[in-house]
Amino acid sequence: MKAVVMGATKGMGRALARLLAERGDRLFLLEHLPEELERTAGDLEIRGAERPVGTALCDLLKPETFAPALDAAERELGGLETVIVTAGLFGTQEQLERDPQFAAQVLLADFTNTVLFCEEVRKRLLARGGGTLCVFSSVAGERGRKPVVLYGSAKAGLSRYMEGLDHKFRAAGLRAVCVKPGFVKTGMTVGLKPPPFAGEPQDVARRVLRAVERGTPEVYVPPMWRWVMCAIRSLPRFAMRRIGF
Amino acid sequence: MPPEAYHTSFSGWGRYPVAEGLEIKSEDLVRSTAGAALCRGLARSYGDSSLPACANDTVVDTTMADRLLAFDQDSGLLRAEAGVSLLELNRLFLRGGWFVPVSPGTQFVTLGGMVASDIHGKNHHVDGCFGEHVRSLRLRVADGRIIECSDEQEQELFRATLGGMGLTGHILEVEFRMRRIPSPWIRGESHRIANLDAMVAGLKEAAGAWPMTVGWVDCLARGESLGRGILMKGCWAEPDEAPGTPPPTKRRFRVPFQFPGFALCRASMKAFNLLYYYKHIQREKRGIVHPDAFFYPLDMLDDWNLIYGRRGFTQYQCVLPHAEDNGPARRFLDLFTSGGGMAFLCVIKDCGPEGKGMLSFPRPGISIAMDFPVHREKTQGFVDRLNELVIAEGGRIYLTKDTFTREEHFRAMESRLDAFNAVRRKWDPQGKLRSAQSVRLLGDTI
Ligand SMILES: Cc1cc2nc3c(=O)[nH]c(=O)nc-3n(C[C@H](O)[C@H](O)[C@H](O)COP(=O)(O)OP(=O)(O)OC[C@H]3O[C@@H](n4cnc5c(N)ncnc54)[C@H](O)[C@@H]3O)c2cc1C
Ligand SMILES: NC(=O)c1ccc[n+]([C@@H]2O[C@H](COP(=O)([O-])OP(=O)(O)OC[C@H]3O[C@@H](n4cnc5c(N)ncnc54)[C@H](OP(=O)(O)O)[C@@H]3O)[C@@H](O)[C@H]2O)c1
Repeated sequence: MKAVVMGATKGMGRALARLLAERGDRLFLLEHLPEELERTAGDLEIRGAERPVGTALCDLLKPETFAPALDAAERELGGLETVIVTAGLFGTQEQLERDPQFAAQVLLADFTNTVLFCEEVRKRLLARGGGTLCVFSSVAGERGRKPVVLYGSAKAGLSRYMEGLDHKFRAAGLRAVCVKPGFVKTGMTVGLKPPPFAGEPQDVARRVLRAVERGTPEVYVPPMWRWVMCAIRSLPRFAMRRIGF
Repeated sequence: MPPEAYHTSFSGWGRYPVAEGLEIKSEDLVRSTAGAALCRGLARSYGDSSLPACANDTVVDTTMADRLLAFDQDSGLLRAEAGVSLLELNRLFLRGGWFVPVSPGTQFVTLGGMVASDIHGKNHHVDGCFGEHVRSLRLRVADGRIIECSDEQEQELFRATLGGMGLTGHILEVEFRMRRIPSPWIRGESHRIANLDAMVAGLKEAAGAWPMTVGWVDCLARGESLGRGILMKGCWAEPDEAPGTPPPTKRRFRVPFQFPGFALCRASMKAFNLLYYYKHIQREKRGIVHPDAFFYPLDMLDDWNLIYGRRGFTQYQCVLPHAEDNGPARRFLDLFTSGGGMAFLCVIKDCGPEGKGMLSFPRPGISIAMDFPVHREKTQGFVDRLNELVIAEGGRIYLTKDTFTREEHFRAMESRLDAFNAVRRKWDPQGKLRSAQSVRLLGDTI
């Protein structure tokens, strides 16, 4: 596989990139911190990725970096095939309510800018006759819930966008894969109390990789979260007002 | 700004003691160690080595900082972040014909922990401690600076950090030499041994021909059969004698819950020890063995520390100087068994020369390690008596296993302590780096 990964430096993106590396895949990394890029590329090379692992600076908070970074990836890989986006920001509801500036960043990064990035990818993939775009949204976007009102609203928008891409462009060869993680133990959730069915990044990565290969449009990880969210979606409004989940 | 710290409670592998403190866990060791008092890896040290000294101290969990940074296929030189686990290194490198130069008896340790405890393995008599194979360390010292140290650069700091239990600085990166192995399989031999003299003689005899040796002793056997057990020897198998396939991933089992206190009585320990001894029906076994079975037999069972129940357990490990008549080791085992000590596991090993780690545990002699449950009234007195004997015999204990030793006892067995403290004071005059253990044993203040 030839894959571009944005977010490979940490968490689920790191786990996923390592799986690809161990298969000897060709990788290209996008990140906003130069040193992180270099160290992560080194790690993936030692783990078996085809050398050299290419890199380009790309900042989710700076949309002007998207096109040049993707151009660089396209040039080095000789065309895009698979693009995976795990990069994203998170803040607890409390933090986001307290700090509107941070809230603006999270909303911007997780919705508007992620969508703008995906639009750049979509154009390029369609121009080649298709490819796979895998984006990490969240179960937080499935229902308006007390602990994730703000973050969840951005992810809700992102999930809808991915759904729309699938409906509109699947026939043209664009496979949109929307990943919806439940609680996964990464740096993003450190310090939060893990609920039952909390996942490990390595297990999530294995499932996501299968979904990317098959082009599955919607993936819940860990899979149990499909049923958890199914139940949550069916709860009446008065119940949602009562529960803390 | 370092990542957010949160309150939590900490314990080591022995699950005793438990301490409250602040924890930071992040992929970014550089940021998270600014201002921290201590680092901890996979918390396989038994006692309070990786525990905060007080509730306001911050301990950094390093396990997410696990990137490999550089590897030279020709020399085997590997540089990696301190949180990478030995499990991961084995998974990645074994099939390519590489192994760490020194391995402890579990894969659930981090590189940082291997350096900070300057761990030793079955090959200590030929290869020394892990630190002998470390080329260089990247360290965040107490004043916040980040320093590269090695035998050529800041040698004193380097040597104090090998075996320094995290008290000289936060280890960010480790550069060490991996070893080429002919195949990922082990050719092993084991023998049933009748008593202590035969065990020590067996270890000595095997030392010349075998790069890896260790003994297991039935701690409940007394009198004539004191020190009886199984002697194990191994070396890496040559390609022509090993299976052509890489060793399969072994299935692991999990201890599902904390065992009740009564599960661990004298009878169950006796049964375990007897079984282990007589399972070895033949006097001698030879064959090709899975590296995990050879190096990490206990890793088969995840969370096996829960077997010891709510009160937790400890390990006592000491090294006693060689003697013609094996007097020190015999007196130690005598005291242990007659003092009511009982243990599932007791490991015996001959140590080679002292290494360069300023406070590293091994020295020439016989090392003995045993696990036993913590008993609220009895354990402290029991360890005191063991320590008094170890002091009288000229031996010392292993900090990474220790929970109960008193400051004055440690001082009496560690002639190297002043030199170590001097290096610490030089790099950390305000005493910012500390652990529950350093408060207990080195006189650090809170
Ligand atoms: C079943 C079992 C078998 C064992 N067999 C052996 C053996 O054969 N030989 C042997 O020598 N040991 C053995 N040990 C002990 C073990 O190898 C050591 O305790 C080792 O240090 C544990 O590594 P860790 O990553 O879990 O470190 P932790 O237990 O988390 O920490 C141990 C010490 O290292 C320090 N430390 C950890 N990471 C860093 C860092 N990045 N920077 C600075 N300081 C750091 C901590 O502060 C603490 O003082 C065994 C332990 C178990 C449970
Ligand atoms: N963990 C969970 O429980 C969970 C649950 C639901 C959904 N998700 C979603 O799943 C995705 C991955 O989560 P994770 O837990 O793996 O997160 P993570 O560990 O925090 O990793 C996030 C990644 O995004 C990158 N990133 C952050 N800001 C960036 C920017 N401005 N430009 C470019 N890259 C940037 C980070 O790189 P730097 O650190 O170098 O900035 C990092 O590699 C996210 O979209 C998250 O919202 C996670």
